[in-house]
Amino acid sequence: MLSTLLYSVAAPLAAHPGLLNTARKTSFWNDLWQKFGTMFVGIAAFLAVVGLILFLADRAPKRSRDVWQLIAFVAPGLILLGIGLIYPALRTGYQAFTDGKDNFVGVDNFVWIFTSGEMLVSLLNTLIWVLCVPFFATAIGLTYAVFIDKSRGEKALKSLVFMPMAISFVGAGIIWSFMYAYRSKGFAQTGLLNQILVWIGLEPVQFLNTPPWNTFFLIVVLIWIQTGFAMVVLSASIKAIPTEQVEAARLDGASGWQVFRNVTIPGIRGSLVVVITTISIATLKVFDIVKTMTSGNNKTSVIALDMYDQAFRFGEVGHGAALALILFIMVLPVVIYNVRVMRKQREIR
Amino acid sequence: MSNPAIDVLPDPTEGPGRHGTGTHTEAILTGRGGGRGRRGGVGSSGGGKADRVKQRLTSPWATVAAIIIAFLWTVPTFGLFVASLRPAADKRDGWWTIFTQWQPTLDNYSTVLVGSSTANNNLASYFINSFVITIPGTLFPLLLALMAAYAFAWIPFRGRGTLFVLVFALQIVPLQMALIPLLQFFNGIGIGGTFPAVWIAHTIFGLPLGIFLLHNFVAQIPPELIEAARVDGASQTQIFFRIIIPLSLPAIASIAIFQFLWVWNDLLVALVFSGGTAEVAPLTAKLANMAGNFGRNEHLLPAGAFVSIIVPLIVFFALQRYFVRGLLAGSTKG
Repeated sequence: MLSTLLYSVAAPLAAHPGLLNTARKTSFWNDLWQKFGTMFVGIAAFLAVVGLILFLADRAPKRSRDVWQLIAFVAPGLILLGIGLIYPALRTGYQAFTDGKDNFVGVDNFVWIFTSGEMLVSLLNTLIWVLCVPFFATAIGLTYAVFIDKSRGEKALKSLVFMPMAISFVGAGIIWSFMYAYRSKGFAQTGLLNQILVWIGLEPVQFLNTPPWNTFFLIVVLIWIQTGFAMVVLSASIKAIPTEQVEAARLDGASGWQVFRNVTIPGIRGSLVVVITTISIATLKVFDIVKTMTSGNNKTSVIALDMYDQAFRFGEVGHGAALALILFIMVLPVVIYNVRVMRKQREIR
Repeated sequence: MSNPAIDVLPDPTEGPGRHGTGTHTEAILTGRGGGRGRRGGVGSSGGGKADRVKQRLTSPWATVAAIIIAFLWTVPTFGLFVASLRPAADKRDGWWTIFTQWQPTLDNYSTVLVGSSTANNNLASYFINSFVITIPGTLFPLLLALMAAYAFAWIPFRGRGTLFVLVFALQIVPLQMALIPLLQFFNGIGIGGTFPAVWIAHTIFGLPLGIFLLHNFVAQIPPELIEAARVDGASQTQIFFRIIIPLSLPAIASIAIFQFLWVWNDLLVALVFSGGTAEVAPLTAKLANMAGNFGRNEHLLPAGAFVSIIVPLIVFFALQRYFVRGLLAGSTKG
């Protein structure tokens, strides 16, 4: 019944000319009106369905009206979560033990992962990512937040480091592909980093083609993005430390470093944990950067990229599901820790 | 002294003994700390005291180091922007040569947007697609999440707490866990690779966090307001439209901006559910594809990348305070 309902809404949209017709050549304006037309039809259909549900619930017989109204408000969201998240997650968990065509194969997929050289490299890379990115992004973000705290032009300085946060991982990947661009010795360099190497008298380097260092050059990109996040959260937290504490420490003759060690760090401990865990979770799922910059070649692949490749490029659904399950298991402890810290802080308050 | 990035943040000092900002999400969206307490931290309260502290804390070297970091963080983006404005003939050398020879042109932009004879290679199509995906991808989850949040906060029913915790817990499920079966489902009902498939996917993935954050905000609305409306005979729907939506607008704005940027910048959902053609796929998918053949597209990529970056950057600079709020609130999404 559910899929019928969804189908009845979605099918007319899907049949809309231009949606499935891939070979069609259209001018820009045609294209624009057609697609925005689809969008407006879609939005109208969505609002009509939601409106109708709420309207009907309001007109329900008085005795059962409360129940119908409750269902009208909660059910749409919960049903979507059920068909789009809960059921798929359980099914992926099951598919991890099949060959993708519903034939049970036990732990074969996992045996394959842990015996295949490529997958082991990906697992190792993912581990390197999750060790490096949270540490460096938080360290640099914290240093920067402390250095610019209450300085002139703080707002502008913040914006500059925070800006990469608004850029997509794909955009960031392209930006850094140009930073790392390589031309053979003797030709004019187009990548800034190689140009700097040439200026100081060294040979240009193929940054993205040389394992194991290429993984670290990719990691730099995510650090570049996440530093701004760490900086903004930690800066807010630093500003929340009571001035009296800092002044008292100062009067007792504490040096800048001692104040930082003994007043600032304890004062922002909660934020530090949230920042580190949040960045760790994002790092474990990194996919776009590697896909954009190296496509996982030259031993740079990570779990999330392999999951995509196996499931959607090579058609190995079982392998993909097993990799997704491994990713889930890797994220799980970090999230649980994060939630526990949050809850503890709520109790303190 | 006022810093928008900070003004919007909660002030965790309002209660003594409360450490850190671990409950950012809640504090930000419930508006606690705004208005009360020392908004804006030390800076905006007693200026004299702040100045004194300022002199003692910032050493000139720290400022120099900070400026160096800021410079390093900006150069890559700046370089790409310059490269996007250079004539195609100049691509044999690096963008820094503009300091000796500088002839900016917008040719690259017109080439990548509409220059090719096949629509499949023109970014204009993908640019449109990005909007067509992102607008419903923001609107749908927000409305559904707000409805569910209202029910969880104000309509008592059995099992409400358990159900809410379950929704909250769904945030730990990585997207990757849902992709394969969801695509099979969409293909099964015949909408794989269409806009509706992408909309529905983004709606579903946006719901858990949206419900959680909006619930925290909606639950803070004074009970008297809702009781009074009920006494006057207002139905749940009327309360929802006349009280809940207008009072939740600040939270809606923050979450909307965050969701907008998340959907606009997304690659994974786009690749899996859009089918990758100029008919449906967004900019990110096309750019990732172009970047995969870096050598061949080197002259077009800077302009192409900037076309996709420009929208988030405008949102970022225009609405930075909401962006920060939404980002802090939404940082656990995934």
